[in-house]
Amino acid sequence: MTLLAELVTDYTLRTVSLGSAALGAVAGMLGAFAVLRRQSLLGDAVSHAALPGIVLAFVVTGAKTPLALVVGAALAGWAAALLVMLVVRTTRIKIDTALGLVLSVFFGLGLLLLSVVQRHAGAAQAGLDSFLFGQAAALVGDDLRTMAVLGAVVVAGLLLLWKEFKLLSFDPGFAGALGLPVRGLDVALTTLLVVAIVIGLQTVGVVLMSAVIVAPAAAARQWTDRLGRLVLLAGAFGAASGLIGALVSSSVERLPTGPTIVLTLTLLTLASLLFAPRRGLLAARVRRLRQRRRVAVDSVLADLYRLASQHDDPTRAPHAPDVLRAMRDGAGTGRGLELLAERGLAAREADGRWSLTPAGVDAGRRLLDGDAEAGA
Amino acid sequence: MNAPADACAVQVTDLTVAYHERPVLWDIDLDVPAGKLMAVLGPNGAGKTTLIKAILGLVPTAAGDVRIHGGAYAENRRLVGYVPQRGSVDWDFPTTVLDVVMMGRYGALGWFRRPGRREREQALAALEKVGMADFRDRQISQLSGGQQQRVFLARALVQDARVYFMDEPFQGVDARTERAIIDLLKELREKGRTVLVVHHDLQTVAEYFDWVLLLNVRRIACGPVETTFTDENLRLAYGGRVEFLQRKAPADPAPDDGRTPGFGFQGRIRP
Repeated sequence: MTLLAELVTDYTLRTVSLGSAALGAVAGMLGAFAVLRRQSLLGDAVSHAALPGIVLAFVVTGAKTPLALVVGAALAGWAAALLVMLVVRTTRIKIDTALGLVLSVFFGLGLLLLSVVQRHAGAAQAGLDSFLFGQAAALVGDDLRTMAVLGAVVVAGLLLLWKEFKLLSFDPGFAGALGLPVRGLDVALTTLLVVAIVIGLQTVGVVLMSAVIVAPAAAARQWTDRLGRLVLLAGAFGAASGLIGALVSSSVERLPTGPTIVLTLTLLTLASLLFAPRRGLLAARVRRLRQRRRVAVDSVLADLYRLASQHDDPTRAPHAPDVLRAMRDGAGTGRGLELLAERGLAAREADGRWSLTPAGVDAGRRLLDGDAEAGA
Repeated sequence: MNAPADACAVQVTDLTVAYHERPVLWDIDLDVPAGKLMAVLGPNGAGKTTLIKAILGLVPTAAGDVRIHGGAYAENRRLVGYVPQRGSVDWDFPTTVLDVVMMGRYGALGWFRRPGRREREQALAALEKVGMADFRDRQISQLSGGQQQRVFLARALVQDARVYFMDEPFQGVDARTERAIIDLLKELREKGRTVLVVHHDLQTVAEYFDWVLLLNVRRIACGPVETTFTDENLRLAYGGRVEFLQRKAPADPAPDDGRTPGFGFQGRIRP
């Protein structure tokens, strides 16, 4: 509760939480498209590839100006993304290999530059290495303004080209046949993704930023079947995780923000995978159990009806459970009988044998007639 | 942009496509008269899909020129409708049947504008035509193969094109859907539209189509079914892998093996 109170009064905390929420929202929204286009790993390559750009921007400007670092990161990330697209288009190298190559080359270069620059005076205090795992506490008003402007640009671009991006993601071939510049749209959407990633780098860090791209979309996909809602929900999930992660890491000393945000996201995604109403694992399990139970009940009912229909009065033809067990190899007979009794279709006699009620006879007849029709 | 009443719906000259220096289509010339239902036939790897994609500008061409109703393809693009292979998209994409059909209007809508009520009504009318109106709000992953194919057809219908390119619309659909599709194709022809269909089932060619292109990297033959869909041309296209069981025309002295004569051609492709 005190944390919430501080949120209102404490300027730093407010900056940090607003920034983290914004980066999560933008990354989540763009990530939805990346995931749908099976480009989840492109986000990973772009964020790692941004590192040399950040270090070079620092070397060139000689100071840690947020805009300069963002521009450097964006240029390097963008170059990496275009390089991946170019390699895939012009050579026989497949996308996964191209992503792996570009990621490691750029990130390796970034680490190398970082360790060289760190040895010189001034650079260490600049805290460039916080870009590896992110440090939300370092966010200041200037950073926030940069993030807000860039984030607004990205969201505006997404809204403006919504139907084009949707068609590009679902059926690029058809988009091309309609005359849409597929390659240009691809570059545009990738550029928006690069900007979305760059916004979050200082807070989350280059190593874990891709999780903020992928996880909100993966979680949101569990809850909806509409693109619009998916993008909104992914944005909301991203914002919530950014906020929670930043608050927790700011209140605990020396806790890097990136991992905290990513752990929050992981919990959210895990919950979505398990508990989502239609696509969730739990729902699937319940559906399977229900179906199994229905099959068991139906087969007990069918057997009981077959036995009873050999008698003059099928409602007065009790049979022992063992007879039924012998007919259907036993499994689930007792449970099936109990479920039939619950529904008023069968009744247990005083001697422990079971007979069908009039309603049960009707149900059995319907069941077998239905089978006969379906089989005909 | 209004095309002249040119008799030639699709005109292709010298079209050549290569993947990594290997030619997939070699020097294709094609004149398809308007108002024809044309089957594009050929063995696997003959370049049937590539031909359609090259005409639509979806794959880079090494050479060649495409004209639609007398005009350059880029100018007359609006006259063209496209049904890609059903398997070319992810059917788990988060969208609905109606939404997919409305995509057929995106080209006419132009940049930035969103589909509105008009597009919605056009899409609903097209869904009605393919017998899928009840499925309008269905998530597309819940459709059967035949239903997916009908949705793609409806999307092409709302393009309101004069020339349609369909890539294997009969692939993996049930008999009822096949019947519905062929009725639709014939209706399009009656309205003077031209339809090019990548097709596999040689037995139905004579029944469904009136024009045929036999393709195997090169153009083997192209023309009316009666004169072009011959043993000789099929052998050239399929390289002797087709076994001809029976032919309607008595000119071919087929041995009397007691089989009842079928409709037109009966061909079988040996695996």
